[in-house]
Amino acid sequence: MTGGTGVTVVARAGLSGRRRRRVLGLAALVVLLVAVCAASITFGARAIPLDAVWDALVRPNGTEIDIIVWSLRVPRTVVGVLAGLALGAAGALMQGHTRNPLADPGLLGVTQGAAFGVVFAVVVLGVDRLHGFIWFGFAGAMVASVAVFLLGAVGGRGATPVTLALAGAAVSALLYGLIAAVVLGNEQGMEIYRFWRVGSIAGRDFAVVGQILPFLVAGLVLAVVNTPGMNTLALGEDVATALGQRVARTRVLGVVAITLLVGSAVAACGPIAFLGLVVPHLARAVTGPDYRWLVPFSALLGAVLLLAADVLGRVVTGDSFEVGILLAIIGAPVFIVLVRRKGLARI
Amino acid sequence: MRVVAVGPARWRVRPRAVGVAAGAFALLVLVAAVNIGMGSSHIAVLDVLETLLGGGTARERGIIFDLRLPRTLTGVLVGAALGLSGALFQSLARNPLASPDVLGITWGAGAATVAVIVVGGYRGQVSGAVGAVGMPVAGLVGGLVAGVLLYALSWRRGIDGYRMVLIGIGLSAIGYNTVYWLLTIGDVNDAARAVTWIVGSLSEASWSAVGPVLLALVALVPITLVLGHTIGGLQFGDETARGLGIRVDAARGTLLLLGAALAAVATSAAGPITFVALATPQIALRLTRSPQPPLVGSMVIGALLTVSADLVTRLVIPDLPVGVLTAILGAPYLIFLFIRSRREARA
Repeated sequence: MTGGTGVTVVARAGLSGRRRRRVLGLAALVVLLVAVCAASITFGARAIPLDAVWDALVRPNGTEIDIIVWSLRVPRTVVGVLAGLALGAAGALMQGHTRNPLADPGLLGVTQGAAFGVVFAVVVLGVDRLHGFIWFGFAGAMVASVAVFLLGAVGGRGATPVTLALAGAAVSALLYGLIAAVVLGNEQGMEIYRFWRVGSIAGRDFAVVGQILPFLVAGLVLAVVNTPGMNTLALGEDVATALGQRVARTRVLGVVAITLLVGSAVAACGPIAFLGLVVPHLARAVTGPDYRWLVPFSALLGAVLLLAADVLGRVVTGDSFEVGILLAIIGAPVFIVLVRRKGLARI
Repeated sequence: MRVVAVGPARWRVRPRAVGVAAGAFALLVLVAAVNIGMGSSHIAVLDVLETLLGGGTARERGIIFDLRLPRTLTGVLVGAALGLSGALFQSLARNPLASPDVLGITWGAGAATVAVIVVGGYRGQVSGAVGAVGMPVAGLVGGLVAGVLLYALSWRRGIDGYRMVLIGIGLSAIGYNTVYWLLTIGDVNDAARAVTWIVGSLSEASWSAVGPVLLALVALVPITLVLGHTIGGLQFGDETARGLGIRVDAARGTLLLLGAALAAVATSAAGPITFVALATPQIALRLTRSPQPPLVGSMVIGALLTVSADLVTRLVIPDLPVGVLTAILGAPYLIFLFIRSRREARA
């Protein structure tokens, strides 16, 4: 009996240790997010001292600094935070639902779908403003993500790392050909496409925030609602069914949440690759496999990393590297390291 | 099966493989002649063939040799190089999905060449030494760097086909994000030219472009065919191959670099024409019913596919780059391929 009690005590100590780590981690992430937000509003082509930033935020009275802060820096920061939250949460959900540690919207054809939607709107329908073609990007992302998920699951039991990656590659290749066919010979389409394609949070205003906000909030809520079900699903579909869970409903909920989140982020910022891939792996190191913690952690960490990369690009390279490019160049090596880890490449 | 010996080198020759290669070659000559005959002034197929063999009127010789032959000849050479490269990669990875486009080789070449177009181009034209020497050399170097990286990063006590594919997908992501970034820094005309190039186009082929490809192929193809004899042994796995007396790592490394060089040469001449390197070896494999993709057969069929795709593109939408057609055709093929391989894996 004494031995049994000892085990229980150790287990409790371990649990409360993890719990403390989770709570502390969450607090640290919130502090970090506030810090990068402040940095994002402060740094730029013209550095503004913190007290002036505070004045502009609290008592705006139409000075030059107020205009810079309210029309450029704040919307950019808000879009960055929203997109980061969305991509981080979506990455964790996507990796959980596909049971694929390498799932990422950039690899799954979603971004090419959004790109095709944008190009179609610009060239065929003559839409030339971000506020107009954002919806088409959204629709394209949704269609492509559903297509890739279906294809990846065809002919086998669920999707595996390689089939999903290849379904994404196939759909991307098809869309790439179509995009090239539409964009070539249309100078305006080319001009909009090439700047949208790199993924950036610069030059977005509050109207963009308003457009994506409802979808994004809905996506985040669904993501959080989805997490207990995902914990059960992680035991395997058979066990989850035996425990009385409606597996199909959990799956559909997850896919809807992912599509809303990724669709709104890509529509607003253009494709931002690898953020959703890398963030859940970092978050998992602190939270462990419990999705109720993993999803919020990934969301916050996504926002912190996206803004930090954007500020870094602004300060170090004078805004000549868009955040999407920076994250891809940092993220792709991390992807390769993950692939090289033992056991992952095998299905 | 028969054995042909030239000095110390020996080849096993399958009559069926020879028959397929010969048949495909005859078809290639016919399609090439039709492609050459097409244009603002039509020339009959028989007249084209007669002219190519040294006959014909002065006017026909002028039109064919000065204007039309470079396009078709580039198509033949590029297609042959891509077919051979694809056959090498698919044999080495023992995976029908491995091809230089999926593995990031063509994106490596693409990023380097687009850099030359954007930095050295002026209003959509790359002229002089930069265009004639810079673009092919940059493409070759970029492709080779990607090949070396692919091998170094995939190697982990041997090469695993799936790991190689996933690492290649990561390398591709670095490559195309670099390309997208390069597209934003230049003039819109340079960007449009770069997009045409990265889809793959034969319309700007000239004699100055044919030279480097021809030279590289004359050097690379015989080496590949002589060294290719180890491929059969490598199919049985590393242990057996060692037992057969093959120096596994040296043989595989050399063949992989040759495959990368062939793909890079092809890419630097016409851009990454997708799908050819992926589909050709599988088509050749099925036609010849051999255990692994035949090298010579893949070359001839690759050339045939490329020139046929060019012909179809010119007939349907004359201004479209040939790569758009191959990308749109290639995606369903890729999807079919992995659905079938999953069915087989499950059965």
